[in-house]
Amino acid sequence: MQDTRIRLSRRSVLEGMGLVAAGLGLEVFLPARAHAAPMPTSLPEVPSGGLRANVFVHVAPDGVVTIVCHRSEMGQGVRSSLPVLIADELGADMAHVKVVQGDGDEAYGDQNTDGSSSVRKIFDDLRYAGATVRTMLVAVAAKRWKVAPAECEALDHAVFHKGTRRTFKFGDLASDAAKLKVPGKDAVTLRPRGELKHLGKELPLLDGPDIVTGRAVFGADVVLPGMRTAVIARPPVAGGKVARYDATKTLAVPGVRQVVELPAATKPFLFQPLGGLAVVADHTWAAMKGRAVLDVTWEGGDNAVYDSAAYREQLLEVIGKPGKVVRNVGDAEGALAKAAKRVRATYNTPHLAHAPMEPPAAVAKVENGTCEVWATTQNPQAARSEVAKALGIDPSKVTVHVTLLGGGFGRKSKPDYVVEAALVAKAVGAPVRLQWTREDDVRHDYYHSTSAQRLEAGLDASGKVVAWHQRIAFPPIGSTFADATFAGDGEMGQGILDLPLAIPDVRMENCEARAHTRIGWLRSVANIYHAFAVQSFIDELAHERGADPRDTLLEVLGPSRIVTPKDLGVAKVPNYGQSLEEHPVDTARLRRVIERVTGLSRWDERKREGRALGLAAHRSFLTYVAVVVSVVKDADERIRVDEAWIVADAGTIVNLERVRAQMEGAVVFGLSLGLYGAITMKDGATVESNFRDYRLARIAETPRRIHVDIIPSDGRPGGVGEPGVPPVAPALANAVFALTGTRVRELPLVKTVKV
Amino acid sequence: MSIRLRVNGTEHVLDVDPEMPLLWALRDVLTLTGTKYGCGQALCGACVVHIDGAAVRSCVTPVRRAEGREVMTIEGLSPDGSHPLQKAWVDLAVPQCGFCQAGQIMTAAALLAKKPKPTDAEIDQSLAGNLCRCGTYTRIRTAVKKAAGLPTE
Repeated sequence: MQDTRIRLSRRSVLEGMGLVAAGLGLEVFLPARAHAAPMPTSLPEVPSGGLRANVFVHVAPDGVVTIVCHRSEMGQGVRSSLPVLIADELGADMAHVKVVQGDGDEAYGDQNTDGSSSVRKIFDDLRYAGATVRTMLVAVAAKRWKVAPAECEALDHAVFHKGTRRTFKFGDLASDAAKLKVPGKDAVTLRPRGELKHLGKELPLLDGPDIVTGRAVFGADVVLPGMRTAVIARPPVAGGKVARYDATKTLAVPGVRQVVELPAATKPFLFQPLGGLAVVADHTWAAMKGRAVLDVTWEGGDNAVYDSAAYREQLLEVIGKPGKVVRNVGDAEGALAKAAKRVRATYNTPHLAHAPMEPPAAVAKVENGTCEVWATTQNPQAARSEVAKALGIDPSKVTVHVTLLGGGFGRKSKPDYVVEAALVAKAVGAPVRLQWTREDDVRHDYYHSTSAQRLEAGLDASGKVVAWHQRIAFPPIGSTFADATFAGDGEMGQGILDLPLAIPDVRMENCEARAHTRIGWLRSVANIYHAFAVQSFIDELAHERGADPRDTLLEVLGPSRIVTPKDLGVAKVPNYGQSLEEHPVDTARLRRVIERVTGLSRWDERKREGRALGLAAHRSFLTYVAVVVSVVKDADERIRVDEAWIVADAGTIVNLERVRAQMEGAVVFGLSLGLYGAITMKDGATVESNFRDYRLARIAETPRRIHVDIIPSDGRPGGVGEPGVPPVAPALANAVFALTGTRVRELPLVKTVKV
Repeated sequence: MSIRLRVNGTEHVLDVDPEMPLLWALRDVLTLTGTKYGCGQALCGACVVHIDGAAVRSCVTPVRRAEGREVMTIEGLSPDGSHPLQKAWVDLAVPQCGFCQAGQIMTAAALLAKKPKPTDAEIDQSLAGNLCRCGTYTRIRTAVKKAAGLPTE
């Protein structure tokens, strides 16, 4: 039975990824004169012959077009979007397109599926991938008809001669096209936007049918012959190690095979596994039982001092003193001294865990100096290089297959657990499934950083904001990679350096903060605490002056304009790795989403019948988002969110349906962290362990209606997965103030108010 | 010790620790991987299956409790994805990452079997134990109503 299932499982992996199991092992035909990009060593198998002009598209003589999705699917809908964009440029019919998940390989370019970058950074590249193939197919048809290529068009999986009824199907052209030299970009023309049939439409969910029938393959669903399952007892403190252990009781558990000690992690943690003891067993239950009775004494290391409650006080002390000036315009101190009124507030946010519904998992097989891995990973190239490093083999000897991800949110960009799988598989000499339990996930995360900020504004006699001074402290992500105690430009670029303010005197300082755990990036990253403080503070200023928070927000952001680094008082705006020429800081777009969301939510009736609205807006990942949250009080005085509106201007979008879904999800994600989310540390170890104490929003805590409005645009594409999150928590806190008069300056809200 | 149970209509005799949670018997022994592990503590609902038609959390249900009973997993809900809930889930593009959805659907299926026309409150109550980190809850509500033939707005 098991053998049958193994075949079925492998087959279902392949089928799930759009590959037919038959024909495996056939070599990819590479035309001698093809000037293709370097081939991945682990190209998906396709029938021999046909046209492969680049790593993304293959056209088979039978007409089947195979398109590689090289980015990881974690719910953002990338598999339902990127291949369609390529197909659209090509003129392929999705009914004859197979979508194949790309293995980890540099030939695809960047595969780290984070930073909301899958569309914004490669929109044109993917279109060129499709357009190049189209150009070649058209060239063959034109030559056969002895007409100019301009007289031909590629449509519905065929090339037509305009004006006559002559047609060649793509498959009929593929073999001849493969003999052509692959044209360079200058010889390829992208379609005018109007010709792209699918762009910006509501596209079907590719993996929907497999998901609802249980056929979809996630990280732990891969089954290999002779596979064992392992769980690891890791040091409770990051950087700790095994002092001594006795595995007698563990080895007595039926089904447990062995216990493998893994090397301890040293700072900087990078993507290293945390060390500990792997309990290897015939199945998960035995491994978990074996781990539960493992007699182990841990050595804490220098992070054992970490106490998050004490650290909160330390951060508050740090922001009481000057830090490194990261942004300066005019003389904020002087302007504050002269101000008619000064308003000051301090904001705190805790560590967060990613808690994807699927905990980290990977399956690894190590044999004959090679390693093959199946993993739920956002970052297959890093998984490949880290596994190679850990095993001491060349990356070309490592194959990383990407399964569907049961959520990622940044956690699965760090391949520590993939390395664990490879190390354990090597040690036991059999394929191993490495399973993280929920407790492992909550206790050994790369945590979202904890922060403290101090904001002070000066108002003139008329109430206008004339000075802004902000200090920010949080242990930076850089601490995971080097001995860093100040924020990197990337983090400061998330709502500090790029925050438009129509205020003459502005100073922003970053204060030093040392990390005592692994810090990572979580959906929308530093924007979470920056937007929380800034958008809450502007709301506070509005109430100080007795003004409408929307009017104050619009006034502080200022009139419609392009804001330059000079205006901002910074040397450079990191701008999420993209140019300010293509993606300027444009207050007109921010104003527009604010105006739109306040219109849709009837902002002018924002306080009535026991209900109040709160507003926040933020630009992140080159996308502009405004959110209004409506809160009410339950019969038992608990605050409940009953409705939310979210308006996004993400520039050009590929898949309207999934963009809407991401915004709906962002509201819920934002409510989870706004209402409940907090990771605390005691003696260097994480206190929370599972959903009982690391609480997420449930269905009844989700508003009955989340209204999503996407601004139509043909501008450069911005990010989608993350930018919906940052405005949610401040909009919620502002709504709570409007309803109750209680100002929440610390996340999560559950610390301050009854929710 | 051997445990006899029916899963999706097929008789199985499993030679496992009777205390092994049904979840691991399904996933690791029968390799029915549609049922997911999310928390191991009956807190998230990713592991929901039916025993004799009732929704249970397989992660905390010893396999012995299924002895001689009929277990249904997502793989057995319909032969071809044609259960009204599966169709509604696809039509409304409910899933994001999809990991929790088998548990959501199995929970909703048990609800509809008992209450073919549930109220909003009954839907929320029934699915209160099913977490979705992607935040698909509003669509889940709509899909349950659609599958039940109730107005969706």
